[in-house]
Amino acid sequence: MSALRILVPVKRVIDYAVKPRVNKAQTGVETAGVKHSMNPFDELSVEESVRIREKKSAPGGVEDICVISAGPPKAADVLRTAMAMGADRAVHVDVKEGEDLEPLTVAKLLRAAVEREKSNLVILGKQSIDDDAAQTGQMLAGLLGWPQATQASQVRFEDGNRVLVTKEVDGGVETVAAKLPMVITTDLRLNEPRYASLPNIMKAKKKPLVKLSLSDLGVANERRLKVVKVTEPTPRQGGGKVEDVDGLISKLKELGAL
Amino acid sequence: MSCSSRLTPVLRRTIAPCLLRSANASNCVPCAARRISSTATRRLRTSPRRCAKFTTDTYPEIKRDPRFAQITKEHVAFFRELLGKDSALVDGVTADVSLEDMEPYNGDWMRKYRGHCKLVLKPGSTEEVSKILKYCNDNMLAVVPQGGNTGLVGGSIPVFDEIVVNTSRMNKIRFFDEVSGVLVADAGVILEVADQFLAEKGYIFPLDLGAKGSCHIGGNVATNAGGLRLLRYGSLHGTVLGIEAVLPDGTIVDDLGRLRKNNTGYDLKQLFIGGEGTIGMITAVSIHCPQRPKAVNVAYLGAESYEQLQQAFREAKNHLSEILSAFEMMDSYSQDLVYKVRQNKRLLEGEYPFYCLIETSGSNPTHDSEKLEAFLDQLMTEGIVSDGVVAQDETQIKSMWAQREGVPECLGHWGGVYKYDVSIPLSDLYRLVDETRERIEKAGLKGDTDEFPVVEVAGYGHMGDSNLHLNVAVRRYDKRVEEVLEPFVYEWISKVNGSISAEHGLGIAKKNYIGFSRSETMINLMKQIKALYDPNGIMNPYKYL
Ligand SMILES: Cc1cc2nc3c(=O)[nH]c(=O)nc-3n(C[C@H](O)[C@H](O)[C@H](O)COP(=O)(O)OP(=O)(O)OC[C@H]3O[C@@H](n4cnc5c(N)ncnc54)[C@H](O)[C@@H]3O)c2cc1C
Repeated sequence: MSALRILVPVKRVIDYAVKPRVNKAQTGVETAGVKHSMNPFDELSVEESVRIREKKSAPGGVEDICVISAGPPKAADVLRTAMAMGADRAVHVDVKEGEDLEPLTVAKLLRAAVEREKSNLVILGKQSIDDDAAQTGQMLAGLLGWPQATQASQVRFEDGNRVLVTKEVDGGVETVAAKLPMVITTDLRLNEPRYASLPNIMKAKKKPLVKLSLSDLGVANERRLKVVKVTEPTPRQGGGKVEDVDGLISKLKELGAL
Repeated sequence: MSCSSRLTPVLRRTIAPCLLRSANASNCVPCAARRISSTATRRLRTSPRRCAKFTTDTYPEIKRDPRFAQITKEHVAFFRELLGKDSALVDGVTADVSLEDMEPYNGDWMRKYRGHCKLVLKPGSTEEVSKILKYCNDNMLAVVPQGGNTGLVGGSIPVFDEIVVNTSRMNKIRFFDEVSGVLVADAGVILEVADQFLAEKGYIFPLDLGAKGSCHIGGNVATNAGGLRLLRYGSLHGTVLGIEAVLPDGTIVDDLGRLRKNNTGYDLKQLFIGGEGTIGMITAVSIHCPQRPKAVNVAYLGAESYEQLQQAFREAKNHLSEILSAFEMMDSYSQDLVYKVRQNKRLLEGEYPFYCLIETSGSNPTHDSEKLEAFLDQLMTEGIVSDGVVAQDETQIKSMWAQREGVPECLGHWGGVYKYDVSIPLSDLYRLVDETRERIEKAGLKGDTDEFPVVEVAGYGHMGDSNLHLNVAVRRYDKRVEEVLEPFVYEWISKVNGSISAEHGLGIAKKNYIGFSRSETMINLMKQIKALYDPNGIMNPYKYL
């Protein structure tokens, strides 16, 4: 089996635990001064790649784990985190703050990156939690003409470049097999990402981080979609509180339920 | 495909961190709480798994004060009339109330204290509190003020049949000034509710502790709780700007000032802060709240010795200075028990005798990260700590805090805990834990099987404030264990000029030991204050002094 050269795309998004707020102009969510972290699904991809190496689960071994992120200068932070988790090196594709890329553009730049890095396995999150598009992995597979296994909950390797991917479907699990090179997207049950340890954070600082521009990868930020408006969900009608049973009964009577 | 599967991405997303980290944070916050709170939350169970012994059996030397009247039907009728609704009282005097309904007011969370209370009153206003106390004072009925009942020294639990006056119905936020950060709220507002209210406005409550989901801010002030960020925001003696309280004779002390500076006479509100309900009942609090930090970082480190931990603390002050907001220490015994109870994954790969949790809070993430990195860099290169992890996102921050905040709860897992909350000069701090463990082991009281009362002797606490929690986790409370522990622990502390109660207060647990930390003169002055404000002694009797 050929040695794995894994490409792991990661995205910097508003922290999962922070409540996003719509900006005043209703054109997007407020990002300034808001805590950002790695997209949780991408943490799973990084963790899985590192585990494949540590557990020696691929017969040909892992030759390279390269993480890539397209985003503003701060995207370098999540790349460092990924390297602290165990990735070997990073590629930062510089995109100006606020210039979001559509999934197709991301897929195109990843295709170019796959060629550049000679990757034979791409592990991506099934979606990023900011725009929830859940398209990039599929488009990338299409552009490359590679097989894809989406929403992986388990990844196993066999001889002859065969990869078995299990995914959770309604009422059970489904296992698919394909041959390398291929694209895998990750789902929540795949693993439990590790914490970045101090020694590894320090090592990560010394790992190579290459900066590229979109044009280096031969893509332009073409937009096909226009965001018309972003609004908050309609606020939930708060429930009322009653003091005691008598209060409950009179309230129910008042509402005509009794 | 059925439509449920089309929904899954959305559903999964909503539950992501819980699934992702469930093994790490067994007290994972529901995701609706998408807010910046750096510590995990939990509601404490009030109903004891095993019924505790009556306090009167544990302390047979305490006798009911014969001056106090027995509660009669007439008394209850007065209160019922005053409070106006049935839900405002739990009446075990004239009505049948199941043990279960009374238990939350009669027992504590550690299953250590249990009273014989027959009547719980839940006033809805300061005026009602005033009328209740006046009536009790006139009729010689003893009273126990009660908030969230999370106190750790038995202060909120009646000993005999004292009437519990509970603040849970006084739960309104009265005022908030977005410019100065001054919050005025009823005593019964739950700490976490107050903090969530403030979070919306970009502010933070200057106190945070593991019991935040249950404790009331009135209770916090009455115990002068210290908590996890005293290091940063200081004690309630400084942040509380004003208090509204009711004296036993019904006088409403309206000192609800909103000023940071007010040098006009004796600062009487200070007597209620940490007064543990012995001179009056706090009904509202005015408090100065700081800006909520925009950038919070947490690191969890492992060290080979207590000396290294002290070095790390020095360096933390040196490097992190104004952004350092918590420095918490935990020994391996306390951490191992948490892992054992919660069965979660270890934060660090290796095992170390000591761990610490360091938090920074600031306004500029880049600035803070730079400082933190330089600090951690130095710790590692100089070999001050052996390993550590740094939280990369909010969810990891919560899991790391859960590993510290979960200690008290997990230590109680086997049945009970002897708790000593003490202030000791830093250099001596951990020696007390070692020496206590040695004594317990020598007495043959500690072991893995049921015949041994003691499970483990653990130390953890707010190292940044020289505050140690020495905890002895037990399968049952046992006189032999007590005899090994007391007065040994108190004498030890007295010898190093420590305090036998750093932040949990005196209550019933430490009433008899105050002499180890306070002189005769000081105690007499305190008794004069008590006699002045509560001449009949109806407020929280048998405790404190
Ligand atoms: C898991 C856990 C973690 C904790 N961590 C810390 C910590 O880090 N730091 C710390 O300092 N403490 C800590 N504590 C103990 C702390 O003292 C209490 O949690 C809290 O401050 C008490 O608030 P409460 O509303 O529960 O008060 P209660 O337990 O109901 O009452 C405590 C005392 O105050 C009196 N009292 C209550 N309300 C009033 C009132 N309105 N007027 C007058 N007197 C009143 C009661 O009579 C009693 O003496 C912890 C407790 C738990 C269970």
